[in-house]
Amino acid sequence: MSPKIQLIGVKKRFGSKVVLDGVDLTVEPRSSLVIIGGSGTGKSVTIKSILGIIRPDEGTILVDGEDVTHLRGAARDKVMKKFGMLFQGGALFDSLPVWENVAFGLIQGRGMARKPARDIAIEKLAKVGLAADVGDLFPVELSGGMLKRVGLARAIASDPEIIFFDEPTTGLDPIMADIINDLIVSTVKDVGATALSITHDMISARKISDKIAMLYGGKIIWQGPTAAIDNSGNPYVDQFIHGKAEGPIKMAVKA
Amino acid sequence: MNPFASIGRATMTLLAHIGRLSTFTGTALAAIVAPPIYGRLIGQQIMRIGYYSLPVVGLTAFFTGSALALQIFLGGNRFGTEAVVPQIVVLGITRELGPVIAGLMVAGRVAAAIAAEIGTMKVTEQIDALTTLATNPIKYLVVPRLIAAVLCLPLLVAIADSIGVFGGYVVATQSMGFSGGTYLKNTVDFATREDIVSGLIKAGVFGFIIALMGCYNGFNSKGGAQGVGNATTAAVVSSSILILAANYLLTSLLFSK
Repeated sequence: MSPKIQLIGVKKRFGSKVVLDGVDLTVEPRSSLVIIGGSGTGKSVTIKSILGIIRPDEGTILVDGEDVTHLRGAARDKVMKKFGMLFQGGALFDSLPVWENVAFGLIQGRGMARKPARDIAIEKLAKVGLAADVGDLFPVELSGGMLKRVGLARAIASDPEIIFFDEPTTGLDPIMADIINDLIVSTVKDVGATALSITHDMISARKISDKIAMLYGGKIIWQGPTAAIDNSGNPYVDQFIHGKAEGPIKMAVKA
Repeated sequence: MNPFASIGRATMTLLAHIGRLSTFTGTALAAIVAPPIYGRLIGQQIMRIGYYSLPVVGLTAFFTGSALALQIFLGGNRFGTEAVVPQIVVLGITRELGPVIAGLMVAGRVAAAIAAEIGTMKVTEQIDALTTLATNPIKYLVVPRLIAAVLCLPLLVAIADSIGVFGGYVVATQSMGFSGGTYLKNTVDFATREDIVSGLIKAGVFGFIIALMGCYNGFNSKGGAQGVGNATTAAVVSSSILILAANYLLTSLLFSK
């Protein structure tokens, strides 16, 4: 089985700051990989490079075996249709009501008429546990948990093959975080998608992943099945998953 | 501190800015002709850029026309040329003040609003979200604003021209003893098609500048609330300066014959 996403030697620097220093990563079809790592280690840059929002300086990114590293325009849009993404802050369009946010990819990306797109949006909202009347609210009227749910509904609206989750539980209370984790697991299975998430929440990482990879110093320093993470034998991983201040990872206090 | 180094750095920054702006303009122009055309969004922007600017533009045009009439009357008094008030007012308004005043007012209103809106979308990842939903942000956000602004500004200026002349007319007939009929006849007889059309051409260019600078600064805003604030200020300042510079260039081009 050929990998769904493959990163080969991806490098990215901003000015003199090297963020990604040769990332190699493989995501198998219908699996769920979680990238863990501290703040500012390049987790978001990794995802945004795959999405084409950031252009890597070096390296190759393959999606379904196709080199998408330098795609632009219509060819890029075609690849984008395979993707869905849940942004950390939701990134809902605040000028549009909830249902139009969820239906956005269907209406704008695929040219579907508004009426059937709205029906699909309501159906997707139901999947994430929101009533149909939420569809007529605006994003500013929603609570944090509802924002994530709507963001999730938007991410799955066009039945994507690959879904990206950027810090899905950040800013939620533990109960709501667990609910969102359950929703992620069930919706990804439901759509039959491949999932790639980034988080520093270990509870979430353990719950939603089949495999975990740890990003540190611009490289993947460990990866393996989720069950193996407690016996990784890697001092960096051990320090991170147990959240210890002492260890090989030195947090740069000043940026 | 090496003075040559700081001059060099400033020059590099300026050149980088010009380069980025040129690339942005090129991308936006290419996106205008590529499908799809978002008619619904263009309509929305016409309302926001054109229709809602009417009160501001109308009021400023009225007061500008009346002040212009007053100045020409009082200044002309010194060498006995008060009678040319209607001619100078219509010339000044259509060729120069109508487009410039409307351009500057809309720059303050619209360039700021565009930069703030797009800047906020940028810092809250809404622009990235557009990309992930297979929608080109330039096409979706920039093109409708550019088209609407280029269409609306000439219409606004046509209205500003009429209201400005009317402002002069009110002052001239009420306090300078002009007869209404003579004033209007002198205005209509004197104004040429070239006077009016040149102003409308300027207006179209100003519209382009306003939307472009609003979008460009919004797209390049960094950080949080402060970044959006800076982008808004930069949009208003840069579009106002560019409007005045373009006004001079266009005046010299259009009337060089």
